[in-house]
This record gives sequence, C-alpha cells and structure tokens, in this order.
Amino acid sequence: MLITIKYFGLIAEVTNTEEESLEFSGTTISDLVNALHSKYDSLKNKDFQIAQNQELVDFETKLTGDEIALLPPFAGG
Amino acid sequence: MNRYNRHIILSEIGQVGQDKISNAKVLVIGAGGLGCPVLQYLTAAGVGTIGIIDFDVVELSNLQRQVLYGKSSLGKNKALAAKERLEDLNDAISIQAYPEPLTYQNAILLFYQYDIIVDGSDNFETRYLVNDACIITKTPLVFSAIYKFEGQVSVFNYKDGPSYRCLFPSPPKKDTVPNCSEIGVIGVLPGIIGSMQANEVLKIILGIGNTLSGKLLCYNALNNQTSTLKIKRNDMVIQTVLNEKVSFKDQKTSFNCVNEDQDVSFENIYLEDHIQYVDVREPHEQPKVNNLNTKLIPLSVLEKNLDQIDTSKKTVLFCQSGMRSKKAVEILKERNINNCFSLIEGATEINNYLKEQHKILSNDK
Repeated sequence: MLITIKYFGLIAEVTNTEEESLEFSGTTISDLVNALHSKYDSLKNKDFQIAQNQELVDFETKLTGDEIALLPPFAGG
Repeated sequence: MNRYNRHIILSEIGQVGQDKISNAKVLVIGAGGLGCPVLQYLTAAGVGTIGIIDFDVVELSNLQRQVLYGKSSLGKNKALAAKERLEDLNDAISIQAYPEPLTYQNAILLFYQYDIIVDGSDNFETRYLVNDACIITKTPLVFSAIYKFEGQVSVFNYKDGPSYRCLFPSPPKKDTVPNCSEIGVIGVLPGIIGSMQANEVLKIILGIGNTLSGKLLCYNALNNQTSTLKIKRNDMVIQTVLNEKVSFKDQKTSFNCVNEDQDVSFENIYLEDHIQYVDVREPHEQPKVNNLNTKLIPLSVLEKNLDQIDTSKKTVLFCQSGMRSKKAVEILKERNINNCFSLIEGATEINNYLKEQHKILSNDK
C-alpha cells in the first residue's frame, strides 16, 4: 500500500524531508520502523513515537493507515 | 472603566468567568521563552495568584525571545525580574517568585498550592519531574516544548486524560535532543506556542471550549502547518508513577532519566591508579589539563579511534562541562567498552582541583 510519512523536528533532519510517500507491504508499525531504519541509518539513535492516521499508536499495532507521522520529543522552552 | 471589561463583555466569560480567573492559582515552571508570554497573558488576564519558579539569570542572548526582560534585567534572577515587570503590568494580583530550581524535594508541596501547572522548562529531566509531580498531586498540566521552528502543545492530567508519559513513556537517551541554547530557535516561536499555552490555561479555568487534553498539537512556523494527534491514556504508565509517590522526595534525578553510575566526580577518583584519562574535546580547546596523564581523542573521531582505548584500564572521560564526555561513555558502552566513566567536572575544574591539592601538599611539607 502507498503510505505517506511525515517527519517532525530532528527526525526531518535525519530523513532530509518533512514528508514522503512509500510503497510498503509490511503488516505492523514495527515492520515499517525497521524499513525506515534500513533506509535512514541514523534514525536508529533517535527516539520517536508514531501516529497512524492522526492517532498515537504502539509499534505492535497493525499497519492500516495511509498516513504515518514520526514524532520526536522536544526539550526546548 | 474596569481593567477586565473586554473579558466581561464576552458572553462566554462575563463577570462570573472573570471571578473564576481572579480565584485561579497558576504555577509557571521556567520564566524563559515559553514562560514569558504565558506569564504576560495570565497576568494581564488577572489570574489571581501566579507562581514563577526559575533558578536561572537573564542573559543578553535571552532578550531575542524572552520578552519580559530588558537591559535592566541582565544578570538578575528570572523569577524575580519577571515578578518585577509583571507587578507593573497588573498590581491587583499576587505574584510569588521562587528563585530556585524545581527539585523532587520541593515540587510536591509547591504543586499542592496551585490549581494548574504550566511547563515552560527547557530540559527533559524537569519535564518528567513536572509531569510526575502533576500525576501525584492530581494537578492539570499545560505542556509545551519547542525545537527550532516547531512546537508541541498539550494538556495533561486533566479530567482523567493522558499524561506526558502516555505520549513519551521515558526520557530520550541523554544528550540526543538538543535544546534552544545548543541549536537555536526563532524568537517568535515561543511567543506563539506560549500564547497557546496561556489560552489552554484560561479555557481550563473558565470551563469553556475544548482543551488539548488527549491531543498533541504540532505547529511548524516555517510552513504554518498544524497537526493535531490523538493520545490515549495509559493507565499502567500512570500507575507506575503513582507507585513512586512515597519515595518521590528521596529521588535525586528522574527515575530512568540519568544513568548515575556512569558519572564520577574527580575528587572521588583522582587518587586511584590505573586510570586512563581521555580528553574528548577538540585539539584547540583550552585549558589543557597538564598535570594528569591524558590522551586526547575528540568525541568527533572517537568511534574511529577505539583502538586507542586500553580496555585493561578504567577509562575516565572529560570535556569542558561533562556533556560530551557523557555522550562518549555511551558510545564506548555501545561498543562493549564498559569500564568507563564520565567526569562531572570540566577541564577548568580539574585544573583548579589539582592546584588546590598541590597547595595542600606543599603546605604539609
């Protein structure tokens, strides 16, 4: 399925884009994260959470959505 | 003319609403980029009791975004300088300044005195401390955090909603997420995000509209995009924090936040033999530490020079402030070099300590 992936904060600096579309056939969020880890090596050292269709989900969740967001924590104030 | 006339003539607020604002007690953690606009609007709105806690002093580089301060505030404690400015803005309310750090020892008692907590801090350790103390004291938390051109805003611990830990269960690895002072921030961003926080505070006080409880608003100042993402409450995570209630005050740092056994103080180890000291600063950095047998391996090339580390010895790494040496320890541990520690002290402090010891020794003779 075609998935749109949005990157926030310093994750967008790792991927060098804020948004991209990927053709992906895995079944869970975790599969997708692994695929992204292979695509972007330094993503492995980053902490982030995932939203699927605007809802935060854990990594074991079934991949159903067409929009995924990778969300890192921010420290600044 | 009543100071709050423009509130009172709004049917959604009225005199009843303005009275709620006057009776409200709000504590703002950090009077920096986010804290300044929050404090300014809450003071102007007439929030009856406002607390400000900040241990830091106003520096010139703060004035680009911390709009409560001017040249006359330089060098002053932020909580005190903010109080002074805000009392000029509105002397009909009570402003409490706490010119001290927020700690596990003072947080609980302090939070019990307020209805709403606003997090405008600039580091994860404080953010998790604030969140956990809010869970324990059952106080709503209006959260925001910024990164360069982006901001996150939410309301936590409100009406059985999620907490910050339901979004990010534990702090990220140390020093992997830089803050504004390290990486920069556009000055107007905390103005926008802090104003959103003030708006959430007022909605909670007034009981109008929909708050950001259960939602994380993400704002990007470069393209004006906002995304609102749903967050679910995680009861297990919240219960874990509640279980810490009794021992909360005994904690030095947030649990699962800092790896304390990686950090050492120079005075505790300098008499030990068989230590190899590694300076992870760049070659040009001063001062050098001459009276100690040190190897120079800058952090930037550490991974390529692992063969220079003698694994038969205990390795103690240092830098200018203890930040990079911590990072270096993590790199070594990832490569299974485990007998290594990061010095809390920086090069200047090591030199001073060595000088002191030398003096003591010469006096003994």
